[in-house]
Amino acid sequence: MIAPFVIIAILVGFTTILCTYRAVFGPGTLNRIVAANVIGTKAIVLLILVGYIIERPHFIDIALMYAVISFIGTIMIAKYLERGDLCSR
Amino acid sequence: MLTIDILTPDPLSTLINILATIMMAMGGFFMIVGSVGLLKFPDFYTRLHATGKCDTMGQILIIVGCMIYQGFDFITVKLFFVSAFYIFAGPAATHALMKAAYFTGLKVWKKGDPKM
Repeated sequence: MIAPFVIIAILVGFTTILCTYRAVFGPGTLNRIVAANVIGTKAIVLLILVGYIIERPHFIDIALMYAVISFIGTIMIAKYLERGDLCSR
Repeated sequence: MLTIDILTPDPLSTLINILATIMMAMGGFFMIVGSVGLLKFPDFYTRLHATGKCDTMGQILIIVGCMIYQGFDFITVKLFFVSAFYIFAGPAATHALMKAAYFTGLKVWKKGDPKM
């Protein structure tokens, strides 16, 4: 069973292209960060689906690592925008 | 080669394949809805609302579909960890972004205003 994985992967890639519009033309910094966060989520799903398509499901390790990195990046940018510095004294 | 081989001679395997396909299709629907909300909504806060719910839901449903397809395995546990991490991390990231936008003084859209 490969066809549902391929179809869902193409669909998720298409929605990634839709989100890229907001990441490029979005007014202001925060809209771009939201688009980057969403694209990170879709990248996790795409990694898992591609791992199933090429029948090598150990891509899930990379997906787990990428989830952690994307989450920490979003949190740090939000903290920087809110306080003005990363490490408050 | 792309072949539709959901229907197999084994009825249990067929049931598992159909369940996994339904779960992944529901996840794809939520992903499309989140992306359209990110494009079409008029304000930062409303966009965050659309993506924060629909994207988390879509990701979790697609991963649950993969878990059903995989069966009980070591890989299933790793998929569960990805999903369980994101069920905490997604709302936390959304909340942090919302707080940052509110404290930096981003205006809230009201009915009748132009799109921001």
